[in-house]
Amino acid sequence: MLTDFGYILLFIITGIVFCFVILFVGKLLRPSRPNEEKLSTYESGEAPEGNANVRFNIRFYVIALIFVLFEVELVFLFPWATVFGNKHLIEVTNGLWGWFALAEMLIFVGTLALGLAYAWVKGHLEWVRPKIQTQDFTSKVPANLYENINKKYEK
Amino acid sequence: MLNIILIAFCILTVGSALWVLWTKNVLHAAFALLLTFLGVAALYVMAGADFLGITQILVYVGGILVLLIFGIMLTNQAGNKEGGKNMILTENLNRFWGILIAGGFFGLLFYTFTQAGFQEVEQQHFGEISNHSSTIQITGIQLMTDYVLPFEIVGVLLMIALVGASFLASKNE
Amino acid sequence: MYIALLICISLVLANVVIGVYSERKIAAFMQDRLGPMEVGKFGFLQIFADLFKLLQKEDIVPALADRKLFLAAPCLIFIAIFAGFAVLPLGPSEYLQGAKVEIGVFYLLAIVSIDIIGILMAGWASNNKYSLYGAMRSVAQIVSYEIPLGLSVVCVVIICQSLDLQEISFQQGIFSPEENYLFGIKALGIDVTQVGGIFTWNVIRMPFFFFLYIVFFIATLAESNRAPFDIPEAESELVGGFHTEYSGMRWGLVFLSEYGMMLLVSFLGAILFWGSWNTPFPNIGFVRLADWTSGNSGTWVGIAWGVFWLFLKAYMGVFLQMWVRWTYPRLRVDQLMYLTWKVLTPISIIFIFLSSIWRLLMI
Repeated sequence: MLTDFGYILLFIITGIVFCFVILFVGKLLRPSRPNEEKLSTYESGEAPEGNANVRFNIRFYVIALIFVLFEVELVFLFPWATVFGNKHLIEVTNGLWGWFALAEMLIFVGTLALGLAYAWVKGHLEWVRPKIQTQDFTSKVPANLYENINKKYEK
Repeated sequence: MLNIILIAFCILTVGSALWVLWTKNVLHAAFALLLTFLGVAALYVMAGADFLGITQILVYVGGILVLLIFGIMLTNQAGNKEGGKNMILTENLNRFWGILIAGGFFGLLFYTFTQAGFQEVEQQHFGEISNHSSTIQITGIQLMTDYVLPFEIVGVLLMIALVGASFLASKNE
Repeated sequence: MYIALLICISLVLANVVIGVYSERKIAAFMQDRLGPMEVGKFGFLQIFADLFKLLQKEDIVPALADRKLFLAAPCLIFIAIFAGFAVLPLGPSEYLQGAKVEIGVFYLLAIVSIDIIGILMAGWASNNKYSLYGAMRSVAQIVSYEIPLGLSVVCVVIICQSLDLQEISFQQGIFSPEENYLFGIKALGIDVTQVGGIFTWNVIRMPFFFFLYIVFFIATLAESNRAPFDIPEAESELVGGFHTEYSGMRWGLVFLSEYGMMLLVSFLGAILFWGSWNTPFPNIGFVRLADWTSGNSGTWVGIAWGVFWLFLKAYMGVFLQMWVRWTYPRLRVDQLMYLTWKVLTPISIIFIFLSSIWRLLMI
């Protein structure tokens, strides 16, 4: 097992080396002529206003929180999935093992699904859309005037 | 060879953990924590617990760390907004208590380690550990048989956390 | 092993060459344009011109950026994606799989999730509002879609009872160590182990897997930030998302990882659902189509056939991703969250039950 993970380590090391090599080659070829304008923060051509210390919607945090919970569920599902339909275990227990394991997992996933359903019903899974503000503007020109013009040129 | 890799990962883990402590930039600390988590995962794998190691990456790096960084970004309102670098710096507060508690924990753990005699266990079983195959099947079978009650309780716990999370979300609206 | 390592690193490089050129040509074809035509015949050399341009471009680090993190972030993203290739079997040979770890696909899901941290790092270090917004959106999207992705992988694991991608591959063809029955149901009694071909693929072994593949495909699209899930880098509002401030080869690394991710998930989809490196043609009577198009196990011919089929399937997946990109408009963020939490996640939870019952029928 350890040798296999050794190969994985080798992949990671290769990735690191590759990054260094390609950036080094780039370094040999590219110019380096920084100036103040070039190094300023990009903000669509405008002079940058303030820095990136901006406030975030709390929903991002809640999404990450719900994700962690489901991730833990996933971690429990993987070992179960590898042994649940094991032929040998099922034969030994006369077919009981499969149904038994399935029932256990059903309760586990069902509980979490219940939590999801709760969040759903309570409306926490909805991403609140900002309200589109319509302008309160009343024109002095009556609307039917436009319609009349349209009718006039209708062919 | 194996020992060198083990020592390298130990240095990575401890070094990045020290970096977390020493740096004043909170975001740097969070990213140094990434290295610590990866180092710990590698140590788990080297101890023969491959499933636990990968779980460490999946849950801690992919989940908890993201949550941590989101938390830092969300709560940071005091920082400088006027332009210039965007850094969140900490001040060293409660240095005395911090060192005291950390030192106490270290002493306790060190004492436990010296008493438990892990080295003997390792010498007796190291051959098995480095040769045996994945732990995931054993984990699965144990979860379904011996530890089925804790397993279901974890399910309930997760559901409670989920409900709590959505309650927090609704409070903030 | 080492051979797989060499193949993977050159594959990641070659993939960006093939991918960019074909993407531009496919896009052009779909919009009735010509695409790149200037450099070389049919613009074949365009991508090399682009590559040299990238290499020669100045590496600009904004003065207000967090320099260390800014420089490290693209490397982290690339390494995370590249490490994912370590467990892919590229053909029916032990030399064509980087590391034969038993928890292969679980490892793949975990290691690829590190690129979230890279994206956050890039977005924060740039000290640019576009970058930070892009990174936050990107991470929220990736973590949300990781749930249906993981659940759909679990469904396949339930059917195959293994996390090792090579073992999953072997089960889906004429070299299978166990008997395969039509639609996986043993009670039907139709043994298709020797028939092979499409009848032993996972999509036929568990006939509902086709719908699960759609869930998987959508989730992978979102994972690799591809259109229609590209709000993190929406050009029209966020310029380039988290990589707005990057230039030159550092941007090239981000690009390399995006195409690498596309290829990785296409490989994963082909291996999990579409029979891996097994031939699609079945043996019918004395017309041994499956035998003719698979060669013998372990021989050079067999390996060549396997590699051919797997790459064909993987690039079909890549093509599908490109096709979708030029067909559908971008999703809004509330639609995005609706899709993952209220459609894909419940569907994949239902599929967990469906596949576990199916597995019990298979024995």
